[in-house]
Amino acid sequence: METKELTAWDRMLLIRNKNRPTAKDYIENIFTDFYEMHGDRLYGDDQAILGGVARLDGIPVTVIAQIKGHDLEENKKTNFSMPHPEGYRKALRLARQAEKFHRPVICLIDTPGAFCGVEAEERGQGEAIAKNLAEFMTLRTPIISVVLGEGGSGGALALGVCDALGMLENALYSVISPRGAASILWKDASREQEACNVLKITAHDLYNFGVADAVIEEPNGAAHNDLYKMSENIKEFLLDNVTKNLQKDIDVLLDFRYNKFRKIGMFQE
Amino acid sequence: MLEDLFKVVTKRFNDDSENEQDKKHPKKKEDVFKCPRCQKQIPFEMYRNANKVCPFCDYHGRLTARERLKLTCDKESFVEYDTNMSSVDPLNFPGYAVKETEMQTKTGLKDAVVTGECTIKGSRCVIIAMDSNFMMASMGSVVGEKITRAFENAIEKKLPVVAFTASGGARMQEGIISLMQMAKTSGAVAKHSEAGLLYITVLTDPTTGGVTASFASLGDIIIAEPKILIGFAGRRVIEGTIKQHLPDDFQLAEFMLEKGFIDMIVKRNKMRSVLSHLLKLHGYEKEEA
Repeated sequence: METKELTAWDRMLLIRNKNRPTAKDYIENIFTDFYEMHGDRLYGDDQAILGGVARLDGIPVTVIAQIKGHDLEENKKTNFSMPHPEGYRKALRLARQAEKFHRPVICLIDTPGAFCGVEAEERGQGEAIAKNLAEFMTLRTPIISVVLGEGGSGGALALGVCDALGMLENALYSVISPRGAASILWKDASREQEACNVLKITAHDLYNFGVADAVIEEPNGAAHNDLYKMSENIKEFLLDNVTKNLQKDIDVLLDFRYNKFRKIGMFQE
Repeated sequence: MLEDLFKVVTKRFNDDSENEQDKKHPKKKEDVFKCPRCQKQIPFEMYRNANKVCPFCDYHGRLTARERLKLTCDKESFVEYDTNMSSVDPLNFPGYAVKETEMQTKTGLKDAVVTGECTIKGSRCVIIAMDSNFMMASMGSVVGEKITRAFENAIEKKLPVVAFTASGGARMQEGIISLMQMAKTSGAVAKHSEAGLLYITVLTDPTTGGVTASFASLGDIIIAEPKILIGFAGRRVIEGTIKQHLPDDFQLAEFMLEKGFIDMIVKRNKMRSVLSHLLKLHGYEKEEA
């Protein structure tokens, strides 16, 4: 695949392309009978995270997705896909509901990061993310996650504790935004391109680190070239992993999930 | 009069002579401590003798992990886990290897956390102390692994965990591997919790970023020291987003208490006794001699 030659920065430009499909586009193409469910039952309904029930090739599933907009108006509504705590709490509520009804959970990740603002702090952004990490780790139903475009740090990971993680070929997943890294590293945010390439954040990097389980091919090098084909590829990954994990004994599945994250780390002693 | 106050505060803790490290470096470069909260200055010596608490505003300053353990554990009860674990440089990140070595020399630590087992007034527990002097106690592979093992040991031995947190967040220099430590440590906390065991977090200055968004926020009981910083996003980042100056008390322990994210604020000179009472209240009684 010649697109392997693209740098992280090249891919950054591809995922910032305004024609890149968003989670909403994929939901329409991948699932049937999608019913949106609103609110966290605690504070509000965060538009940055959309959730609901649907069928995946006939199988009932819960879908939780971070929503980028195609234009400014849509982006204002979804806060550029930067969730507040109530978004993560809505996700957790729906995940628990899925657990109750033995439905697999599908998480579609696409966020620059959790929102950094006064209200987000006041309502416990850190606590909301932490809670999701712990609860998703022990949720007694399969969880399959896909990074569609941007996987921005803890804000992405809050939907990323799963049994199988797929990444679209050009998707990026990073502990810090390249801009943030550049400003810490060189006190110069404008060197984000350089930082982007240093951080090792491409789907292939993450596959090599054992963080991503699959790299999902983008049609002719970019998702926006063929939404239909892209959706097919994502659906294939989801269906494969949903059926595989539904067959496993739940305690075996949970051990596997714990160990998937347990083994990540490089150190000497 | 101020001196008298210090004597009272210090007396409880100074059951043995001065810290060995302090003996080796009697004169620090900065002879004066300037409080980051009230901006007042006192001689560093005086600040240190007060266990690094500002006498004017009660800001609880940053302790090293060793100082923390000395104040918390019963004398000679601490047994350290994983003493030799150190980081590698998985991304070949610019400047990381050099910085690590520098930090190790400066702090005498291998990385930013010390873990082990101790007794607190007789109650046995697993104890975790993060050290902000080591790369602002950012969490990379070593911190994540040591904390995970600490919880796993606690599960195996049916022990409670007391964690003193301090961190700037995930360690950028180890990239995505650092991010995954948030999931790994949170998973270990979840297992410890499922085993019905007690986990107490003590948030110390500063507890932020990926550590706030993982094991620091997952305690059954969350305690904070006075006037310390607790948050997810950094103050400057938020000010940049909203283009406004934030009030001085934003993200302080007192603010987080008011917002409902911590259970109590406990002063340093009471911490050991509060921890001991809470451990005993949960059935972790004094061990037989």
